[in-house]
Amino acid sequence: MSKKTYRQAINEALAQEMRRDPTVIFMGEDNVGGMGAPGEDDAWGGVLGVTKGLMPEFGRERCLDTPISESAFIGAAVGAAATGLRPVAELMFVDFMGVCFDQIFNQAAKFRYMFGGKAVTPVVIRTMYGAGFRAASQHSQCLYPLFTHIPGLKVVMPSSPYEAKGLLTQAIRDDDPVIFFEHKVLYDDEEEVPDDPYTLPFGEANLTREGDDVAIVTLGRMVKLSNEVADKLEGDGISCTVVDLRTTSPLDEDTIIECAEETGRVVVVDEANPRCSMATDISALITQNAFGALKSPIKMVTAPHTPPPFAPELEDIYIPTPAKIEAAVREVVAYSREVVA
Amino acid sequence: MMSPSGMQLPREELVRAYRMMCDIRHFEDSVHDEFAAGSIPGFVHLYAGEEASAVGFMMHLNDADRIASTHRGHGHCIAKGCDVKAMMKEIYGRADGLCGGKGGSMHIADLTKGMMGANGIVGGGPPLICGAALSAKTLKTGGVAVAFVGDGGSNQGTTLESYNLAKVWNLPAIFVVEDNRYAESTASAWSVGGSQLKRAEGFGMPGRKVDGHDFFDVYDAAAEAIGRARNGEGPSLVHVETYRYYGHFEGDAITYRTPEEEEQMKTQKDCLKIFSQRVTETGLLDASALEEVEAESRSLIEQAVAEAKAAPAPGPDKLLTDVYVSY
Amino acid sequence: MSERIRAIMMPKWGLSMTEGLVTAWHLDEGSVVEKGADAVDIETEKITNLFESPAGGVLRRRLVEPGDTVPVGALLGVLADAEVSDEEIDAFVERFNAEFANTLAARAEAADAGPQPETLEIGGHKMRYLQMGEGELLPLVLIHGFGGDLNNWLFNQPVLAERRPVVALDLPGHGGSSKSMRAFDIDSLARAVGEFLDALDLPLTHLAGHSLGGAVSARLALTRADRVRSLTLIASVGLGADINMDFIRGFIGAKRRKDLKPVVEQLFADPSLVNRELLDDLLKFKRLDGVEALLTRLADTVFADGAQAVTLRDDLLGLDVATQVVWGAEDQMIPAAHAKALSETAKVHVLEGAGHMVHMEKASEVNAMIETLAID
Repeated sequence: MSKKTYRQAINEALAQEMRRDPTVIFMGEDNVGGMGAPGEDDAWGGVLGVTKGLMPEFGRERCLDTPISESAFIGAAVGAAATGLRPVAELMFVDFMGVCFDQIFNQAAKFRYMFGGKAVTPVVIRTMYGAGFRAASQHSQCLYPLFTHIPGLKVVMPSSPYEAKGLLTQAIRDDDPVIFFEHKVLYDDEEEVPDDPYTLPFGEANLTREGDDVAIVTLGRMVKLSNEVADKLEGDGISCTVVDLRTTSPLDEDTIIECAEETGRVVVVDEANPRCSMATDISALITQNAFGALKSPIKMVTAPHTPPPFAPELEDIYIPTPAKIEAAVREVVAYSREVVA
Repeated sequence: MMSPSGMQLPREELVRAYRMMCDIRHFEDSVHDEFAAGSIPGFVHLYAGEEASAVGFMMHLNDADRIASTHRGHGHCIAKGCDVKAMMKEIYGRADGLCGGKGGSMHIADLTKGMMGANGIVGGGPPLICGAALSAKTLKTGGVAVAFVGDGGSNQGTTLESYNLAKVWNLPAIFVVEDNRYAESTASAWSVGGSQLKRAEGFGMPGRKVDGHDFFDVYDAAAEAIGRARNGEGPSLVHVETYRYYGHFEGDAITYRTPEEEEQMKTQKDCLKIFSQRVTETGLLDASALEEVEAESRSLIEQAVAEAKAAPAPGPDKLLTDVYVSY
Repeated sequence: MSERIRAIMMPKWGLSMTEGLVTAWHLDEGSVVEKGADAVDIETEKITNLFESPAGGVLRRRLVEPGDTVPVGALLGVLADAEVSDEEIDAFVERFNAEFANTLAARAEAADAGPQPETLEIGGHKMRYLQMGEGELLPLVLIHGFGGDLNNWLFNQPVLAERRPVVALDLPGHGGSSKSMRAFDIDSLARAVGEFLDALDLPLTHLAGHSLGGAVSARLALTRADRVRSLTLIASVGLGADINMDFIRGFIGAKRRKDLKPVVEQLFADPSLVNRELLDDLLKFKRLDGVEALLTRLADTVFADGAQAVTLRDDLLGLDVATQVVWGAEDQMIPAAHAKALSETAKVHVLEGAGHMVHMEKASEVNAMIETLAID
């Protein structure tokens, strides 16, 4: 056990799985870096250095740089997965799904069903998401709802270094196509992460806080902000459960419903845009299954229905903040049917 | 290195090739008739007329070699060794169809035969074939991977990106452009900028154009491209000029080409006729042997249709299965 | 600091504790307090526990109230004799807090203060251990039980280390040690511990072992009586046949916090001591590759056919090493009746209000017992 960053945790999971299983390979733009160029080998390790240091151990045959050609290499990862490898392909920013989505949602996601259960496609697509880097509209989106919508894909949203290592290890060992969402703002976050390999189960939400008054249902980077809010409000006598979904597909419906029933008050915190989102999906799930237990309407804290803006002043108010989460929690606590009636 | 010519194939191999071409032709003719009679659901796209292309390539492949097909995939499936009765059942949407009735005509696959699927997405296959070729290379299986695309698919970015990736990764991949003159209703003479061979050249790959009505021409070009891939010399492109006898899909009124053109192609460029002429004229096979194959093939397909019609549909419980390995 | 005035400070329990939440005071201001009296209930990330007064005197000030969370080392209360003036007490508090502010600042700068676990490689297997304390007295070695790790001694090691070196180790397959074992029986574990002590150059030590770790330390003493000065067996395996197999199976099988919680609660007389962090730490351990299989094999060997496979009782009766047996009266894993197995030759303590984790629930009593036996 030692402190590791989110970036190191991902790198370690990849390294350990590559050591364990010779069919595990990775590929992506500049994932090693400097291919064919006159400078250093292992020049980059991906744009943010996540895969750095792996090529010297595993060699170019298993650590593949690609041309900027997402359709071809994401499709190649899918095709390789269907024919005996366990590729981990990096889609640098999830915003780039637009140039390769067919290979993910029409090919990888559907092989097993279309082929009558005979295909196994153990591909992992790692991708960076989220706002906060002043990266503007085409490098800051969340987009996980689009993938969650597709049957046949699994969608994983690690919220911390410990979660990232265990969930990526599971993703690589999993026999289904997995989209692994890494929040770019979390890469330097640090916590204790075991040195030994371990897996975290898909479809099992994690309660990062347990309380009686409000359930904050959230995912990805928003778990961290929600924890901060829960800790702060604890001091004010409002105790919150924080549900880290871990995976949006499969979705741990039971835990969400249970927590809604236990608290009767729910705030869903989701960094994505609000239409057809996890926030709306979870709200619908709760109203269908725990309506009788609700003591107040469900509140959603999300980005607005706009693209991510560039100007720092605008981006800061685009992303859900602890202040907005706190306000939502206070609102559901203060809500009273009598006052409304 | 000179590849062996198809004309030097032993008798049993020639019979095998002819049998596959007959199976494809009868299969497609039957599906055409049955679809017209209303007994087949969905869309079907028929391969009749193009048999020499699929068979000319598949004669060189084994089960460890992979192919990716197109929406017009029945011929590739049969030639790659998929069970024709299970295929017919699949097209009828039956429980014991090759894909349990969940795929249908556009998604027939049999991974155990190296058939990675017909594909409903034009240009969907070439990236997958880069992956299959990467697996073969990484796992050192000695296998190759072949992507079939139509002239329509040859214009997709996925296809062109795959040429590039296969080249820069030096993959054992072969890209076969089956140019049947029409992408849906649009002529390839109009829709394809430049030429298929110049495209290959542009990506640094060898390219060769073949007469897709002539099994032997296809066979020889395939031998060269596949041999190169097996030797670690990287990808190649083969431009197959061919013709489909039926419309883009069943129900197509085929108003974009002339009856005279169709008639001329069917009488003068039919790949089955050309094959039998060649082998009988040169004395490689006699006419009676071909007739025997033809009759057996016809009977097999009749049985396949009868069995498919009688087979049960999948039960409602099958709706929810086979989405994930585990969930 | 004046000896007439004595501070009650937030204790540090375990490696990661940086602060504690005061949940209740058991003492009123002005009351006369004995050393060791129930003082404050403190909740940490890991566990809730009762903190006992470190000294005697009149409780002159309570400086924190239930609900307050304060850093480790912060002043909770002030004890002094009755004749000490209020002015002196106030001056003491002011001085203490000023110094403590500096301590906190230094602590923030030094990031990870305090002892950290180390590892040794023995025969290709990694052994993790935590060493604390120094002094003239012989070292004490603490050996945890099935599925546990060195953190199980969090209420014991820091206190016992005030007078001597204390080493808590992770058994093979456990905690931060390699998730592999050469064999899955008590003899092999004892051999591994012996080799570990050799590697650390500890030829003669006191041993205290809990549960399975008790059997391991007993086996070590039986094999090499010359290297063991005293033996404290806490709720130990090896003294009878009974073992709660529902616990063992439940512990191995539980994959989620809510499944594990009722299982782990059986370890304590007071189930409310089990909190989320404790369960999370156990889950983190159980999720590591190979751990489930390893625990299963270990249980299948040590607790074959639903009973303890090894009885050391007869051998221990003939052992010439000072030995004591400590048990929680409400132990649901191994009945407290097993404590009597050695009553002919060993001192036997059965503590009311404690379960299997008696060294956690009754830490100060158990610490005192260990110190009483381990006199040199």
